[in-house]
Amino acid sequence: MASREEIADAIAGMALFADLARPQLIGVASRFEETFFPKDARVLRQGLTGSGFYVILDGEADVIADGQKRATLARGEFFGEVSVLLGEPPIADVVATRPLRCIVLGGPGVEAFLVDHPRVMYRMLQAQARRLRGANQRFAAAQ
Amino acid sequence: MTERDERPFPPGEYPIVVVGSGPGALQTSYFLGRYGIAHAVISADPGPGGMFRKWPFFQRLLSWTKPYAPAERHTRAFERWDWNSMLAIEPELRGISAEFMDGTSDFPSRPEMEANLTAFADRAGVLVRYGCRWESTRREETPDGDRFTLVTSDGEYRCRYAIFAVGVAEPYSPKTPGIELAVHYADTRDAPTYAGKRLFIIGKQNSGFELASGLLQWASRIALSSPSPAKTSIETRSLVGVRARYVQPFEDSILGGGVDILSASTKGITRNPNGTFVVQLERSDTAMPMTVEADEVIAATGFTCPLLDLPSLGVATFGQSKLPAQTDYWESATLPGIFFAGTITQGQGGLKKHGIPPNSGAVHGARYNARVLVGEIARRHFGIEPTRPALALRDVRDHLLDEATLAPELWHQKAFLASVVSFDPDAGVRDEGIMPLTAFLDGEGPDAVAMTIESDGTSIFPVVYVRQGGRNEEYALEADPLHDYQGLAYRRALGTILDRLTAGASAA
Repeated sequence: MASREEIADAIAGMALFADLARPQLIGVASRFEETFFPKDARVLRQGLTGSGFYVILDGEADVIADGQKRATLARGEFFGEVSVLLGEPPIADVVATRPLRCIVLGGPGVEAFLVDHPRVMYRMLQAQARRLRGANQRFAAAQ
Repeated sequence: MTERDERPFPPGEYPIVVVGSGPGALQTSYFLGRYGIAHAVISADPGPGGMFRKWPFFQRLLSWTKPYAPAERHTRAFERWDWNSMLAIEPELRGISAEFMDGTSDFPSRPEMEANLTAFADRAGVLVRYGCRWESTRREETPDGDRFTLVTSDGEYRCRYAIFAVGVAEPYSPKTPGIELAVHYADTRDAPTYAGKRLFIIGKQNSGFELASGLLQWASRIALSSPSPAKTSIETRSLVGVRARYVQPFEDSILGGGVDILSASTKGITRNPNGTFVVQLERSDTAMPMTVEADEVIAATGFTCPLLDLPSLGVATFGQSKLPAQTDYWESATLPGIFFAGTITQGQGGLKKHGIPPNSGAVHGARYNARVLVGEIARRHFGIEPTRPALALRDVRDHLLDEATLAPELWHQKAFLASVVSFDPDAGVRDEGIMPLTAFLDGEGPDAVAMTIESDGTSIFPVVYVRQGGRNEEYALEADPLHDYQGLAYRRALGTILDRLTAGASAA
C-alpha cells in the first residue's frame, strides 16, 4: 500500500465509503494518513486522551476493556470515533492481533471531515446504530 | 562541498554497520563511539551532510537556530533554540550551528548547514567511508539470530545489526498519466530559466510552496494543486502544514496576484503541439473536470525511503513515503536487527496525540531519537547499562518541572519523548532519563512517572503520566502563556499527583 490511488482502491469497497465517487475517495486518501502496527502493538489506549479515528485496511485488532476482550475488528471496520466525537479518552484498548494497516485521521480533523462528507457521517451513524442495537440485545438477554 | 580522502572501515566484519552520512548517521555514529561500541559507517556520498549537500532547492533551511537564545550556547537548554546542531556530550561540540551563520537569517543557509555538519564530523572525530555505495543486502539465519551482509561498491560488510540512516530522499511521483512530462522537485532547474513561464506545481506540501515562493519573481503565473486544501503551520499550530516562511503564495492567491491554489486531483498531463502542457484536473469540491495550461509542470510530490532490497528481506513499509514500520526503539517491526536513524524514524509515529506527529522527520527531532536508539542498543545488545542517577524524593517534583520547562527533548518531540523518574522499592528513586512515551506506557517496570510536553492544536502544556501498580494515568497540567512551569501553581499541582505515588513524601 502506498499511493493515494491505492488507498482509494482499498477503501472503495468499504461500507463506510460506499457512497463516495472516485475523486472523493482520492480526497479521503489524501486527508487520512496510512499507518502500520505490528502484531501486539497497542493502537488505542484506554484512558489516554488525544486519539484519532481509524479505519482498518488490512489485519485484525481486539477491543479490550479493563482486560476483557469485547470485540474483534477487521478490514473495513473503524474505531476511535466515539472518543473523538465525545472529546473523551477511549474506554478500551485496541490491540493489533495481526499486523494491522489502517488509515487514521487525527481527532481535531474529524468534525470537519464528517461535515464535508455527510454520506460518510450517515454510514457511520448506521454502523453506530447497529452497535447500539447489538448492545441493547445483549443487555436484554442478560436481564 | 568537502571531499574526504580518508577511507576508514574497509569491508569486513563489524558489530554494527551504519549506512549514511547525513545528520542521522553522524549523530548515531557519534553516540556509538562515545559508548565504545565498534562500528563501521559507510556512505555513497563524497562527504558529510546528506540531503543538505544539495537541498533545500532555494538554499535556505526551514529549521531555525537562534544564536542569541535565552539559554547559554553549548548547554542542553540551548538545544531548544537550536534545531540544527548535532548533540554532543562535550560542551564544546554542542550548539556549533550558530558559528556558521552570517546573521542574515535565523534559518541557516544550506551551505551554512553543510559547514555545521562537516565541522561536527571533523571535531567529534566521526569517521565515514565515503564513496562506498550500499547496493544490496543478504540475511543469514543463525542459531544466535540473523546476521546481515551489506554488499557495497567496495565489498561486503557483515554485521549483527545494521542501522540505516539513508533519509527519505528518493524522488516519488504518482502514476498519473503523462507524469513523465513533469519535472520532479529534485530536478528543478535554476530559477531564472522559469522567467515568464506559466508553472503548474503538483503538490501543496512545503516543497511545492518552497518552489512557488522562490519562483514568484520569475514565473508569470503559478498554480499549485492537490486534492486536499493546504493548511499552514500557523493554522495547525504545529509543524504539520506549510511553514510560515512560504506563506507569500497564499497571500498572492487571496489577492488574485497570479497564484492559484487549487484543491483538485491531477488526472493527466498532455503536451500541446506547441510544446506547452495541459493539466487535466478533477475538482475535489464538485468532481467537475477542469484544465490548466502551463509551460512547465513540476511534481512536488514527495520522496520515498531508498531501502533497496530490505522490503524483500522482510522489512514492512507503509505510506506514500514507504517508511519502514518500526518499534518504539526504531527497530524494524518485522525484521529484528535492522534499525533506522535520521528522518526515517518518522515511521515510528508514537501516539500522534491530537493528530500531531513527532518531529522525527527533521534534524531537531531525529537527533534525540538517535541518542535514545544508541542507548537502547547499548543496553540490550552490548550489556552497557544506562546511568540512572539517584534522585532525592524531595527533588522529584522540581526535577520534573525543570524538565518540562527546559528539556529540549520534550519540546522538540512533543508527546513522543518523555523524561522519566522511577520509584523502585529496591533501587530507590532514579532518573531514568529520556525514553519514548510509548515504551513507557507499554513497558513493564516499577512505579514511575513520565513528563512530556504536548500540544492539542490550541495550546502547549505539560502532561504527567503515572504508572502505578501496572496501570497508567494521565494528568494534563494547565498551559502557561510564557511556557514556564516552575512556579508555585505547578509545584502544587504536580505535588498532588506525585503524592499518590509517594504517600505524600514528594511534596515535602
